[in-house]
Amino acid sequence: MNKKHILVVGGGISGITTTVEIAEVGHNVTLVEKLPYLGGKVAQVNQYFPKLCPPYCGLEINFKRIKQNPRITLYTSSTVESISGSKGNFSVKIKKSPEYINDNCTACGDCSEVCPEERPNLFNYDLDKTKAVYMPHEMAFPWKYSIDDKYCKKESCNKCADVCKYDAVNLNAEEEQFEINVHSVVFATGWKPYDASKLETLGYDKYPNIITNVIMERTAAKNGPYSGEIKRPSDNKIPKTVAFVQCAGSRDENHLPYCSAVCCSASLKQALYINELYPETKIKIFYIDLRISGRNEDFLQKVQKRENIEMIKGKVAMINELSETNNLILEAEDIMSGRKVKEEVEMAVLATGIVPINPSISQLSIDEFGFLENIQEDGIYAAGCSKKPLDVSSSLKDATGMALKAIQ
Amino acid sequence: MSKNIATYICTGCTIGESIDVEALSSVATEEYNLKVCKKHPFLCNKEGKDLIQSDIENSELDGIVIAGCSPRVNTKEFSFESELQIERVNIREQVAWCQKPNDEDTQMMAEDYLRMGITKIEKTLTPKPYIAEDLSSDILVIGGGITGITAAVEGAKAGYNIILVEKEKKLGGFANNLYKQIPQKAPYKQLEEPNIGEKIAELDQYTNIKVLKSSEIKEISGEPGKFKVTLMNSGTEEQYKVASIVLATGWKPYDASKLPEYHYRTYKNVLTNIEFEQLAKEGNIHRVSDKKKAENILFIQCAGSRDEKHLPYCSNYCCSASLKQAEYVTELNPDANVFILYKDIRMPGRLEIFYKEIQDNDQIFLTKGELSQFTEDKDGSITVEINDNLLNETVRLKLDLVVLAIGMTPSNSEDLNLNYRKGKGLPELKYNFPDSHFICFPYETRRTGIYSAGTVRMPGCISASTEDAQGAVLKAVQCIESIKRGEGVHPRSGDTSFPEIYFERCTDCKRCTEECPFGMYDENEKGTPVPNPNRCRRCGICLGACPERVINFADFSIDSISSMIKAIEVPDEFEEKPRILAFVCENDAYPAFDMAGYKRLQYSAFVRIIPVRCIGSVNKVWISDALSKGFDGIMQIGCKPGDDYQCHFITGSELTETRAENMQETFETMMLEPERLRTEFIEINEYDKIPELINNYVEEIELIGPNPFKDI
Repeated sequence: MNKKHILVVGGGISGITTTVEIAEVGHNVTLVEKLPYLGGKVAQVNQYFPKLCPPYCGLEINFKRIKQNPRITLYTSSTVESISGSKGNFSVKIKKSPEYINDNCTACGDCSEVCPEERPNLFNYDLDKTKAVYMPHEMAFPWKYSIDDKYCKKESCNKCADVCKYDAVNLNAEEEQFEINVHSVVFATGWKPYDASKLETLGYDKYPNIITNVIMERTAAKNGPYSGEIKRPSDNKIPKTVAFVQCAGSRDENHLPYCSAVCCSASLKQALYINELYPETKIKIFYIDLRISGRNEDFLQKVQKRENIEMIKGKVAMINELSETNNLILEAEDIMSGRKVKEEVEMAVLATGIVPINPSISQLSIDEFGFLENIQEDGIYAAGCSKKPLDVSSSLKDATGMALKAIQ
Repeated sequence: MSKNIATYICTGCTIGESIDVEALSSVATEEYNLKVCKKHPFLCNKEGKDLIQSDIENSELDGIVIAGCSPRVNTKEFSFESELQIERVNIREQVAWCQKPNDEDTQMMAEDYLRMGITKIEKTLTPKPYIAEDLSSDILVIGGGITGITAAVEGAKAGYNIILVEKEKKLGGFANNLYKQIPQKAPYKQLEEPNIGEKIAELDQYTNIKVLKSSEIKEISGEPGKFKVTLMNSGTEEQYKVASIVLATGWKPYDASKLPEYHYRTYKNVLTNIEFEQLAKEGNIHRVSDKKKAENILFIQCAGSRDEKHLPYCSNYCCSASLKQAEYVTELNPDANVFILYKDIRMPGRLEIFYKEIQDNDQIFLTKGELSQFTEDKDGSITVEINDNLLNETVRLKLDLVVLAIGMTPSNSEDLNLNYRKGKGLPELKYNFPDSHFICFPYETRRTGIYSAGTVRMPGCISASTEDAQGAVLKAVQCIESIKRGEGVHPRSGDTSFPEIYFERCTDCKRCTEECPFGMYDENEKGTPVPNPNRCRRCGICLGACPERVINFADFSIDSISSMIKAIEVPDEFEEKPRILAFVCENDAYPAFDMAGYKRLQYSAFVRIIPVRCIGSVNKVWISDALSKGFDGIMQIGCKPGDDYQCHFITGSELTETRAENMQETFETMMLEPERLRTEFIEINEYDKIPELINNYVEEIELIGPNPFKDI
């Protein structure tokens, strides 16, 4: 076997998968991730559908595969600046953000304890705060602290550097740039949720008791900002009625013309989060079509059988708020009865769709919706949700397939 | 022969403040007479690592014990370029961080862990990989449909020799019958011409692909790296040696005659979507009864699918197939009316764009509702009544053709004809699909080196199947290369250990054969197990199963764990310090214990943890050893079993439950309380439950009282 060197961009579950699958064939892989930790969106997910199992289980074994494999080089807090050359001989410029905390970090946490500054916790979609020196999340890999230089006062404060027993803090660290040569490149740069504030009639920015599906994941997570309790934001009460608004942006020519493929299953799963915690809470899911893939039909049936979960075929057109109670009034057409319905609920979850994230690299080919396309002849490939909306298991299939393309 | 072992104790990360490190090191130097036991305040930094490195270079060490943080962290820092054995003793997360500092019990815990670490090195060896001779690098692809062809081409592009086997005279499978394909590329609005012809032609470009048509697998025996494949090629028997296999045998349409409400085969103008596609391909969409032009056509979605009496799953392809067919009907005939009766229109991703086109087509009527009448008229037309939920009225239609969007069933994986003791096919999960049910690891089957792809693995359309083919080939390639290095494949990729069997004491009881989830063991004519090491996933379930204790790995053996148990100091009953031994699965439960430590959750210092490869690898002799040693209670903590299992080796947790019940029955015959053995399952993020789990069990055992075998 002719040993090759492959670059994978993006350390979410797709990029991790492409990386370990290639490295386990026996090739060398460099994995570049812009955040200080791996895991991307799935690290923020509370449970996977349909098994309702913790994503950390899969991440743990993948991290183990990375740790044990000498053929993997990992750069976190790094981005790809430019690519030149062609298949078999790409030269790639990588920029590594200042490494304020080096590998000496033992995750002891003393730095964070003395840090006087705070930053919004991106991992929890800004629902809470961390110190400016922080552990990205409790099972983060690499397992070390990180400094957010937007909020850190650096040497004018210096408390973290003073307290660190392990010489792990260097507040003078500078950005580094370097080049690597690779045979091919796989972009697995993932996705972000559609900006719900663009859905003007749904009132996301106006009314406190409307949240999005990604925020629901952190809300329901035991290690999230609310320790897993699902409460409505306006008054911290357990909601007695919750509506899920499907296709919030997706399948809508004014927003995302495509179907985001995961939101139906995700909302079913989130309905179960609530139902498990508060069986008395009445849940209504407003949908256009229930798009549950293949064998997961049994998951749909499981949810349909639950008491207090109702599915209503009809798209929500408008959400208003009753100012005295902060309850929400959803207006939708119940297609099965032909009636226009107005439904009062205490909390609403918008099932926002998938928007691909693309690095600005000139060689990439991007379709009209922003998804990356494979440039196969050129040795540049796309994997996972940067290529099309996919659930986790389908992303992994794709990422494994792209591992093959990359070594060809 | 005693080994030359050096011990290094890290005193950083509060270890030094929590544990009496001098006393701890005397365990190494005095109890075990080790010459070297060094302490360092920061072992994982350069100075610490250099200290170890220079000892490795300058002393003839057999092994090193590093007492400090969990082996889950600083993995690369503490891997040295040397053959010597390295054992990490976790006195940070699992002692200093979860126990009372400077406490007698905390100290005893740390000392026991060090004893166990030293003992483990004494009793194990660095594995020497099993590398079979005459290994092949070729891949067998079974099935010459679109999935198999894609697999062959992509594997060939990666430089591997491919043998592509198709049972029919012609390659292409179902794709040959397509008149049009659904849009695969931007702008996702126009139907595309089928590309199966080009795909088949592409095979000719690769000299490293051998195509065998009219061929069927007669038998596959052996193991990854050297499967022996016997096939019948046009009536002649041929033999091949391959390293790994992609199963791409595709699907069959569900039998429409099992759906009596549609009178398939009785009403002439009721067709399946497959038959309809054929009509279109032949260039004449006509009524079957009288060959007249068909103008009014109804598509019935979910014919057999999403129906508990038939196929409980969604077949994934039928919505897009019917929309495609509806579209070309209207393109061919501006007077045609097409009706689609559906439950949900499932057009995920960018297929939605095509669906939008269909919705804008005023010859196509999408109807969600129930059929209330379905009869054949004298002229052969079909009259149906639909209670249309969207319009809230009953619609009566007179139709020229009714097309059943028929569900997809997988081909039987027994076509592999594996000559395995555990059966001819791939074990199935549900609905006859040989899927692993791992969200995270979609390609894992329970037969190492054999990867299923396309519609045999899961229902889907052409694009999903071609993507699937690429992933499956990658796994096939990875298996080839791993085996050449003598390494296991997922989930213990890179592991060079394998089970070694001391046959002189084997009683042919076949427990290993039965319980191995991966069909590693065959049997010879005398009924003695025959191991096929390259089929092994290194889980150790056979080691756990063997009543004669003759199955061992170089670095994980009956004797090593037994000795570790015996190395633990168990106080006598008058000290009122009970001891609990916890076998903990290293995949999820062990990290959860680490997390509990990171969160500084405190739990009883009476527990001693032994990590195992899978909870199914626990042998009952270790439980007996623990009882003889005086342990008062024994826990087995694994990953969740059941329909939504999380066990990385599929059946490990389930087997543990059964074995534990049997053990508990034995306990009762020995007048021992069954509570002395406890089986628990936790998820990786349930670390918050660990203190309760441990403490409650300790309390329960304290109530029951000391193990009567203590001090005997």
